[in-house]
Amino acid sequence: MKNFLAILERELKSYFLSPVAYVVLGFFIVATGLFFYNIINWFDRISMQSMMMAQQYRQAPQPVNVNMMAIRPLLHNIAIIGLFLMPGLTMRLFAEEKRQGTMELLATSPLTNWQITLGKFASALVFYLVMLLATGVFVGLLFFFGNPELMPILSGYLGLLLVGGCFISLGLLFSAFTENQIIAFVSAFAVNVSILALGWLANFSGPTLAQFFSSISPIEHFDDFSKGIIDTKHLIYYLSFMFGGIFLTYVTVESARWRGAR
Amino acid sequence: MIQVQNLTRYYGRTPAIQEVSFEMEKGEILGFLGPNAAGKTTTMRILTCYMPATSGTAKVAGYDVFTQSMEVRKRIGYLPEQPPVYMDMSVKSYLSFVAKIKGVDGRDRKSRINEVMEKTAIADVQDRVIRKLSKGYKQRVGLAQALVHNPDVLVLDEPTIGLDPNQIKEVRGLIKSLAGNHTIILSTHILPEVEMTCDRAVIINRGRVVAQDTIANMTQRKRGAERLVVQVDGPNAPVRDKLSSVSGVKKVKRDDAADGINRYEIECEPGRDVRRELAQAVVQNGWGLLELRAKDFTLEEVFLNLTTEEGGVAA
Repeated sequence: MKNFLAILERELKSYFLSPVAYVVLGFFIVATGLFFYNIINWFDRISMQSMMMAQQYRQAPQPVNVNMMAIRPLLHNIAIIGLFLMPGLTMRLFAEEKRQGTMELLATSPLTNWQITLGKFASALVFYLVMLLATGVFVGLLFFFGNPELMPILSGYLGLLLVGGCFISLGLLFSAFTENQIIAFVSAFAVNVSILALGWLANFSGPTLAQFFSSISPIEHFDDFSKGIIDTKHLIYYLSFMFGGIFLTYVTVESARWRGAR
Repeated sequence: MIQVQNLTRYYGRTPAIQEVSFEMEKGEILGFLGPNAAGKTTTMRILTCYMPATSGTAKVAGYDVFTQSMEVRKRIGYLPEQPPVYMDMSVKSYLSFVAKIKGVDGRDRKSRINEVMEKTAIADVQDRVIRKLSKGYKQRVGLAQALVHNPDVLVLDEPTIGLDPNQIKEVRGLIKSLAGNHTIILSTHILPEVEMTCDRAVIINRGRVVAQDTIANMTQRKRGAERLVVQVDGPNAPVRDKLSSVSGVKKVKRDDAADGINRYEIECEPGRDVRRELAQAVVQNGWGLLELRAKDFTLEEVFLNLTTEEGGVAA
């Protein structure tokens, strides 16, 4: 545990010292901000339409649900933006250690490969959490001007954390494959995009395949969380996805050592 | 302190080292000598538990590097060829991280870090970011890192590579001062370094140990057939014949001549000291004997001899 924390602490320090992390954080905030702006505009129009309809039919106006109409699409967009940016956070984790030769320090210290792998995974997850907290500002604004429900928002953020964890575990794996950060970034990015495309494929395929595609795509599993449903089947899906990624990373690190590669 | 037995390591089908064996006593400095790609780094990486051997065993402080790897790692400090430093950290926070993962107790950490910074003379740059340090400083930070948990064994892979002559001198001095408390293995392909810092040397070539002994023995052993240098003021041919006729002399070779003064290199039978007979022979003929001395093989010659001969020479 002490060793795990030491690795986690160093990785976090390194995040806050490196320009890449700030670029990722910056882009994330700008992109989510833009989407938030669009969504609010759209939400405005819908509310306006609902008012006009009410006047036309001389009824009390139908309230528009903030959670369903504003927060849910916002969280959805955050998940997808995260998918694009996450490789930027993870590309460094192992690749840089190998390039700098510091892997030799870690590998000859009394640390297990589990401690190293989990420490790195946790550090990226914590940084991602910081990114998510930054988007809390948007949700806060909605609380200020409207009255959304809190619980679905919390479940939505839990979902975001889980989706992000999946992409981090994948990025970690690709970082362990190479000592070149760019290769780690591009390959993780490509895989993430293909995962996203899998979700789309579901729309164009027959009923059997559609179900298959949507059940393997992390984005599809996110939907229930944004509605405020925490279903164990999704939890198990996400946790096993993450475990799979972390485990393969562990195996990669271990086998590189057996082979005597860096 | 260290026992290495028949260590063999293959990369795929290529052997990197084969049947490497040596032993070290506590407090000794061992020079690990060999041309590039001889298997020095591979051996060191096995000793430091970076990777397992294909076969053979290695023990550090009584613990097996494979089965009791964690115990070994606690007792070993390793400076790889490229100092394993995080470029974006400050010297102090880097050392504090290393102290943590090496298991230095929280209470001792600060004093240990200060101690090694003092020893390696990097206290003046402790708050600087490592990226901005000169190569020599980076190397010393690497050395500090290897020392921070006060290990019994220090493994240094080419610690002076890429340093300027002053820095080399400093680092060598530092290494020498560490002997006694620490058992040190030092790999290098710079021969004077071994002569200057080490008690003993292991010469490795193409993955095999070709010689291991104390430096003194090594330079003498190769003398096998004693070699002498004689400088004579006299005509070449007769002098040469005369010298060759002295009993015990195997071979005479003229290697330099100027103004009627000839220099010869003489090889004689092992164990026989023919200096008196040679001197007599020269003087009796009325020539001038200007120089007569035994010639030591330098470590350099030993090394070249061992590493260039086909297959090497068994020690």
